Amino acid sequence: MAALSVSASRTAAPRVLRSRAAGKLLLLALLTAVLLPFLSRWGNGTWPHDLTVSLSKPLTSASNWVIDNRDSHPLFLYFFGYISNAVVLCVRAVYLVLLAAGWTGVTVFGALVAWRVAGVRLAAGTALALLTGGALGMWVPTMQTLALMVAAVLASVVVGALLGLAAGLSDRLDRALRPVLDTMQVLPAFAYLLPVVLVFGIGVPAAVLATVVYAAPPMARLTALGLRGADPEVLEAVESLGATRRQRLLTARIPLARGELLLGLNQTIMMALSMAVIASVIGAGGLGDRVYQALASVDVGQALAAGIPIVLLAIVLDRVTAAAGDDRTAHTSSLPHPSYPRTIGWAYALAVTVAVALAGRLLHGLNWPTGWTLEIAAPVNRAVDWMTAHLYSGVPVVGGTADWAGHFTTWILDPVRSGLQGLPWWSVLLIVAALAWLIGTWATALTAVLAMAAIGVLGVWDPALDTLSQVLAAVAVTLVLGFATGIAAARSDRVERVLRPVLDVFQTMPQFVYLIPVVALFGVGRAPAVAAAVVYALPAVVRITAQGLRQVDPAALESARSLGATGRQQLWQVQLPLARRSLLLAVNQGVVLVLAVVIIGGLVGGGALGYNVAFGLAQGDLATGLVAGAAIVCLGLMLDRVTQPTGRRAKKGA
Amino acid sequence: MRARTTLAVGSLLMLTATGCGAADMTKQASPFANAQGAKSVTLSVQSWVGAQSNVAVAQYLLEHKLGYRVDTVQVDEVPAWDALSQGRVDAILEDWGHPDQEKRYVEDKKTIARAGDLGVTGHIGWFVPTYLVKQHPDITNWKNLNKYASLFRTPESGGKGQLMDGSPSYVTNDKALVSNLKLDYQVVFAGSEAAQITQMKQFAKEKKPFLTYWYSPQWLFKKVPMTEVQLPPYKDGCDADPAKIACAYPHTPLQKYLNADFAKSGGRAAAFLKKFQWTTEDQNEVSLLIADQKLSPEDAAKKWVDSHPDVWRKWLS
Repeated sequence: MAALSVSASRTAAPRVLRSRAAGKLLLLALLTAVLLPFLSRWGNGTWPHDLTVSLSKPLTSASNWVIDNRDSHPLFLYFFGYISNAVVLCVRAVYLVLLAAGWTGVTVFGALVAWRVAGVRLAAGTALALLTGGALGMWVPTMQTLALMVAAVLASVVVGALLGLAAGLSDRLDRALRPVLDTMQVLPAFAYLLPVVLVFGIGVPAAVLATVVYAAPPMARLTALGLRGADPEVLEAVESLGATRRQRLLTARIPLARGELLLGLNQTIMMALSMAVIASVIGAGGLGDRVYQALASVDVGQALAAGIPIVLLAIVLDRVTAAAGDDRTAHTSSLPHPSYPRTIGWAYALAVTVAVALAGRLLHGLNWPTGWTLEIAAPVNRAVDWMTAHLYSGVPVVGGTADWAGHFTTWILDPVRSGLQGLPWWSVLLIVAALAWLIGTWATALTAVLAMAAIGVLGVWDPALDTLSQVLAAVAVTLVLGFATGIAAARSDRVERVLRPVLDVFQTMPQFVYLIPVVALFGVGRAPAVAAAVVYALPAVVRITAQGLRQVDPAALESARSLGATGRQQLWQVQLPLARRSLLLAVNQGVVLVLAVVIIGGLVGGGALGYNVAFGLAQGDLATGLVAGAAIVCLGLMLDRVTQPTGRRAKKGA
Repeated sequence: MRARTTLAVGSLLMLTATGCGAADMTKQASPFANAQGAKSVTLSVQSWVGAQSNVAVAQYLLEHKLGYRVDTVQVDEVPAWDALSQGRVDAILEDWGHPDQEKRYVEDKKTIARAGDLGVTGHIGWFVPTYLVKQHPDITNWKNLNKYASLFRTPESGGKGQLMDGSPSYVTNDKALVSNLKLDYQVVFAGSEAAQITQMKQFAKEKKPFLTYWYSPQWLFKKVPMTEVQLPPYKDGCDADPAKIACAYPHTPLQKYLNADFAKSGGRAAAFLKKFQWTTEDQNEVSLLIADQKLSPEDAAKKWVDSHPDVWRKWLS
């Protein structure tokens, strides 16, 4: 979904870059030559010990202080405690309403809302999605997840809209907020679970707050964008009517930004949903927790039974909110005053809901009828068993998946890792600087170098490079597969149609579900970690590639065709160069998403930083967990800057 | 949108109603607890199947014999203590020994109360599959492990033998043991029990050698018979200094813990959980039903409850 939050612009590659690139490299080389005598004082191996700062003492004592004072200190009693209580009450209120409506009430209400907003087809889809959740025996967890989602989305939208309002109305605030939002989006969610847990404890409040950090940025960006993008002529007209600042905002700018606001809501919902699953690690309950529990007994079928409702919810919520944001849907265009008939519609919908809920209550009771469940666990497990029994090893000619994994580890992961770890520390910084400067600006290069240096200072240089080697390998595989699939999807409508639901599923299926299958296929180690990362990052890369290629100016293609270019020539000489910016963006998204799965890699034997974060969470060890988390964040910032095309930042969020 | 507004207003009202004065972080039940007026209990489940079995049986009896509604939350061991102290969960049914946490919460803060033995004794150790012992009978002594290191080599172990460890939440001294006993092995962390079990099953299917950190009671022994490798014997206090450990893991009688408030005012549920006590065989029976026969925890619990009325009747009296 992150893919959708960024637009693909299509300016041709500036040729000027070439000569300037040489200049930049020359300057860097010169700088190194001057600084090298000083730098090599600290050795030419891994990050010098003299330049590290050990945070374990202060972090451990900070964590002890929090635990010892959580029940008595005013900061907790009168601030965090209130937040925590408010979240609990809010989630509880929604949950009770949902339970009181019963499965019939919720299904009908969902369908009616979808119908009002997005038409009959999506209404049917919504009902089907909710009923599937019930049929898979997941009704109560689905309601818990929904309750959590409502609270989290509400909070994210409020926070995001306020930030967006500030950034939209003031240029200075906009400049100040942009790096903050950038960082919030690059942060892998796992990195900040631990501090939130420490303050709020395991459970719903921590989960909701972690979700807000993750899901508020798109809302903020899109709100700001919407406010800034308002048609100046309309604003001028409103101003000439003598409207005050506040009136202008409420009557003109906000209504004009409706499309962006709804798109922001859409993005926020999608991100909140994916986080609701990750948050099961810190006891958020609901569907994510069921996935997580099923894994304990190595039960892929059961995990899938909890994963499917999540996927369906995500797809339905995505389509419905997207339709709401699309102004061209039928209901507004034909009506002179849109708010009037719609009010009736809502009242009507509410009445029908209540009626059906009552009827359902009388007929079946509130709970999902026990007999109406679909058993998918057994057949799924049989399929997984068959797959692993036949593919793991001993397949004639091509070898089993375990052999591939072994070769991949020995021939790709090991050399890359030892290569990175063998490089002198200052040369790693130099490479980072060169790459970031060539693709971005001197400011991005500086951020990248500082982020990389921070990793060294934190004392996790080696594990970070281990993680980096896995990320690079996974990104390489993702890009090869993603570009190939994306090109196919861009050239054929049929391929794209077939691909779309597959990508939806990959993108929204909780990553925990494929933890077991990747281990069953590739064994324990770094190879399954890479596999999991590829599965997760692939959809975004495919989508951006396909979109970028499709947006290539038709006139350029037409002229190429008229000059007699073959299909292959059109692709290599026209489409790909013109879509360069989209392709770079695909690389960027691939990197960021792969890094987001690093922690999952830790759960299947990937080791390095991911394992440290998992260890910190599991043992309540702030020193290990937070340092590793911070290092992942730095790695993310560095990779984002290194792969961030110039000029994207102005457009990011559209 | 209107439903949302009412909701927001509603929660604000509730906030002001309850929000006068200090917010106590030690009394925060899960928002899903006690819904619709049902009395409810929240149990924490740890990631291994034995813990799931305890919870499944307790949940079944609480729901069907005592009329409670039970919520379960999966939490790792150490965070579970934290959650227990805050009242987010009411009970931990299987604890493998966390002296630091015990001191902090049971003795100093008194937010957690002991609830007695579970009846099962846990033991951690290094294990090799029994089919391997048949080929190399002397492999079960740590002194011979170096001789066989090459058997256990994998792409992840960097030329040494692989000692597979599990979830980051488990108690382990393996890294220290490997270096203190001068073993030519590399500890590879599977990262989760699920990954570890999957890998062990794959190895066993092909009769490949493997050496792993593992523990009993565990249902997997019935599927993959394993033999423990003898480490230098455990003596009291030999594991006091984490850096110098060179001895085996102890045998631990597993413990139950309750939230202190719940223990006092939890009524029949608390009394029941305090009395809950069964044997390793009982637990393994349920675990096998869940993990091997893929029964849902509820069905597995029902099966066991139906066939062992004499065991659980005592808990309800």
